Amino acid sequence: MSYLPLILLVILVLIVAAVIVTLSSYIGRKKTSASKLASYECGVPIKDSARKNFSVKFYLIAILFILFDVEIIYLYPWAVVYGDLQLYGAAAMGVFFLLLVIGFLYEWKRGALEWD
Amino acid sequence: MVVDPMILEGAIALVKIGILLGVVFTTVAYLTFMERRVSALIQDRLGPNRVGPMGLLQPLADGIKFMWKEEFIPASADRKLFAIAPALILVPALLIFAVIPVGGEVTIPAFTLFGLQIQETTTTLQIIDLNVGILYILGMTSIAVYGIALGGWSANNKFTLLGGIRSSAQMISYELSLGLSIVGILMLTGSLQMSKIVAAQDTFFEWFIFRQPLAFVIFVIAAFAENNRLPFDLVECEQELVGGYHTEYSSMRFSMFMISEYASMVAASALMATLFFGGWHMPFEDQVGPGLVTLYQVAGFLLKTGFFLFVYIWVRWSLPRFRYDQLMAIGWKVLLPLALLNVVITGIWMLV
Repeated sequence: MSYLPLILLVILVLIVAAVIVTLSSYIGRKKTSASKLASYECGVPIKDSARKNFSVKFYLIAILFILFDVEIIYLYPWAVVYGDLQLYGAAAMGVFFLLLVIGFLYEWKRGALEWD
Repeated sequence: MVVDPMILEGAIALVKIGILLGVVFTTVAYLTFMERRVSALIQDRLGPNRVGPMGLLQPLADGIKFMWKEEFIPASADRKLFAIAPALILVPALLIFAVIPVGGEVTIPAFTLFGLQIQETTTTLQIIDLNVGILYILGMTSIAVYGIALGGWSANNKFTLLGGIRSSAQMISYELSLGLSIVGILMLTGSLQMSKIVAAQDTFFEWFIFRQPLAFVIFVIAAFAENNRLPFDLVECEQELVGGYHTEYSSMRFSMFMISEYASMVAASALMATLFFGGWHMPFEDQVGPGLVTLYQVAGFLLKTGFFLFVYIWVRWSLPRFRYDQLMAIGWKVLLPLALLNVVITGIWMLV
């Protein structure tokens, strides 16, 4: 199979994106002032930088996502050949699923999925 | 002179890409219009109807206006990332369309153009039929998360940062359910290739909506969350976060976020039609004459996609927004177990 059409599409889409990004910086008028360029904070003078620590919950979600995503990617090749594997495939994945569900229930009971 | 097959393939691909991009951009432009008109209809008002007949030139006017607006970058922003972020969302949103089949095989008869002999060729109405089609789509949807996270972070603004982080957490959470809901289809089809998934649904009662109804519900909810549409639009959340991750963007760069949001809506609707509603297969295909059958199929596919786009707007005005903890609870405690259950049910059903 030839990947030529995909390569052509990627090149064209990149060109479209680059044109849009650069176009408006040339066409639109420029009249800036210091307060216009300040970051928006409802008109209140800015306090501190925004790049500071944020809630650890988001890191937890990211870690859980990676765990599950790896497991899902592991399911994909199995799902494709499941029709041929039949009972053997079901048994092998049954063990994996059991472990997956135990892990999932564990993190649920430990409160990793609670947002408060 | 006979044209080299390699050059012919490239030429056909370029024509297809041109048509695809043209159709996608037009759809996106008129989707914004349709959204405003349908919203108006639902809220019992008129909506934009002044520019051109029935307001049909409104998207064009919006585009021109966006182009001439002043573009500025906040002084405290990371200029490079700030410029790249919109492109990082737009490019994958458009690339998803490469593997979506719009119709079956088409035969172009031999003809002569400016003395060039072009031999008879068959081509599919799809840019490329990758054998890892589904994985490619999931990969592309994952890249969009970078764009949103970087767009939110680079502006160095508290609202954009919150919007960006919220959005990336939401998108990665729902990506799990999105990926898992498709597994049932893969088990029944035995392939990741889009053309084979469509081929597995060639008769009406084989459409996956009848064989995988639970997967369809999960897929739709996850797709709404992936596209940051109401009831999952906590990313923008006007009342709390001003505009979310694109608060600081202006002019065409802002419109790129809008274009990619609507383009991914179109892609998600096309995917719902392809994966669950038979793709370009239509009922009563064999009763349509051989000359018209491709047209009938393509029209059917576009109709299905259009219907799901309408559902997007319809849901927007029917359901209130979730709270963030509710959003996470639905994603992790409801959709994910349900998607796992769906895989188990499909596995057992295929054995007996």
